[in-house]
Amino acid sequence: MLKLFLTSARCVRITRFHGVCGLATSTPASSPKVCIVGGGPAGFYTAQHLVKTRTDVQVDIYERLPVPFGLVRFGVAPDHPEVKNVINTFTQTAQHARCSFHGNVTVGKDVTVEELQEAYHAVVLSYGAEGNRTMGVPGEDLAGVYSAKDFVGWYNGLPRNRELRPDLSCETAVILGQGNVALDVARILLSPVDILKKTDITQHALDSLAESSVRRVLIVGRRGPLQVACTIKELREMLNLPGTRPEMEASEFEGIAETLKALARPRKRLTELLLKAAVETPGEEELERRNRAERAWGFRFLRRPLEVLPSTDLIRAAGIRLAVNRLEGDGEGVWAVATGEVEDVECGLVISSIGYKSLPIDPAVPFDARKAIIPNTMGRVQQTAGLYCSGWVKRGPTGVIATTMNDSFDTARTLLQDMDKGTLDVSTIKPGSQGVSVLLEKRGVKPVSFSDWEKINSEETRRGETRGKPREKMLDVGEMLQVARA
Amino acid sequence: MALVTSARRLFHVSLRESSLRRAETLISATNITSGNLSLAGQRRACIRVRDFSTNTQPLRADNKVTVHFINRDGEKISVKGSPGDSLLDVIIDQDLDFDGFGACEGTLACSTCHLIFEEDVYNKLGPVTDEEMDMLDLAYGLTDTSRLGCQICLTRSLDGMTARVPESVADIRQSGDGSS
Repeated sequence: MLKLFLTSARCVRITRFHGVCGLATSTPASSPKVCIVGGGPAGFYTAQHLVKTRTDVQVDIYERLPVPFGLVRFGVAPDHPEVKNVINTFTQTAQHARCSFHGNVTVGKDVTVEELQEAYHAVVLSYGAEGNRTMGVPGEDLAGVYSAKDFVGWYNGLPRNRELRPDLSCETAVILGQGNVALDVARILLSPVDILKKTDITQHALDSLAESSVRRVLIVGRRGPLQVACTIKELREMLNLPGTRPEMEASEFEGIAETLKALARPRKRLTELLLKAAVETPGEEELERRNRAERAWGFRFLRRPLEVLPSTDLIRAAGIRLAVNRLEGDGEGVWAVATGEVEDVECGLVISSIGYKSLPIDPAVPFDARKAIIPNTMGRVQQTAGLYCSGWVKRGPTGVIATTMNDSFDTARTLLQDMDKGTLDVSTIKPGSQGVSVLLEKRGVKPVSFSDWEKINSEETRRGETRGKPREKMLDVGEMLQVARA
Repeated sequence: MALVTSARRLFHVSLRESSLRRAETLISATNITSGNLSLAGQRRACIRVRDFSTNTQPLRADNKVTVHFINRDGEKISVKGSPGDSLLDVIIDQDLDFDGFGACEGTLACSTCHLIFEEDVYNKLGPVTDEEMDMLDLAYGLTDTSRLGCQICLTRSLDGMTARVPESVADIRQSGDGSS
């Protein structure tokens, strides 16, 4: 009786699982089996919708790293912990009786997509965008030039970026791109260490930032203030960042005030806030705060990178050459045109935040190299029955977690529709994870289960506690596996 | 049955305690950054008034506020909440199953608890902070009578109110290609 209470109590939680708790039973051999490739938000939200909607579907999530959650763990800024609350929902999904997590499995290497298609009735590709768009300019390979993806991975503990060791001994950093990722990078570069040290930022990043000489960050975009891609919450955070002051060029805002009336509310409020910071004389208190601030940041508009200029020893970045643009067109269809003018900015750190990019995973999966996505219609991969996709690899690498959530629900709906209509044949018996386990064992690959992850989770939390942080992330896959197997 | 019901209530209570504790931890964590994030108190917009010591007594009927929700299928669902609950609390407590609702669990980090009100009800709701407006601005299908459910606190004067759950094609912090 008590045991029943405990199990049913677990179901009555912060609920997204209306009624469908699924007390532990073994999965009938004949149940529909779906495999999801990628253990980030897209993977988990797709899984969630599937197990919630049909009471016979078994979903298995495969993830390359031993740890789940993708960009929620490795992308969301350390000082935005509330954005990571979605992990609670993902945890519920992973603990659902008809869902299982298999970490430390690299699809495309440890097991092919074709082998997954043989073992499962449907395979959903939700592996996101692990590459990045390059600026494509000379000097991009100099020391001191990083993609925002790698820089963010470095401070967020992504194992492949743990050796990044960015040199923060320069005074000025230039960030290309003006989206929320660019603002995250600027904020982490300029935040007082006393604030950062209470977050789950990695210790080595914290130590580097404590020694950082960076005092000025320019956030550079090709177009004008009305095209800035960041959103108001992130802008407000920058304007309120302790110890910093905004420094913009008022001349870059000419004519902007007149456009405000016609703007939709979101863009209007954002532009108003930006304009105010750039051109208005602040009140006495704010003026004093700015005068006391030792660090500065600002947007620079209408600038496109032409070349990263090397130091005299030709090893590292010492500056960046920017083409000056002007805008043509109006309203939604504004584009930037080079004026011929050029500007050099001295800097020792260049971070390009111009977009992530998906990569092809397996020759059996169609890939659109130009758009860098898997060609699909409403989540059905083109020309390949039984193959679906969700998240950034489906629509391109923009949007927040909620965007991916809705997109994943859409793909799940499409898949379920196909099951209901019989387009997707689920009448055959498929071996599911048992079939894949046999292959993995032969190949010496040992998956990490969700309860194994929970051991890693507990250890990271324990290490964090001694430092007053929510967790201290492990940076090394080997170490993760050791703790998982303990 | 009684054992399961009271055990369930106990669980709800301890869950609420733990979510309150989590809210408190969040508030004390964000207090450190109060220069930057002035919303420590505003993240937990509503103070729930529950007397934990009497959790085995049924809550008095006259203390409840009736709330109607219109879901995405156009169906009307009527539930009761307590003064001090946020609308998100009510939706969670009553197991109302709106797909993807309240993703950030009431911390003003998303717009998925977007609700639309009739004008007379809208005018009775508490003030909108800049922080709520910032997130609301990103909601799909934003109207002049839209609010975020996690920021609306139930009061007796809202008894019988209706809130509509709009279509949710995402936060608009997605740009088309070429977001720079």
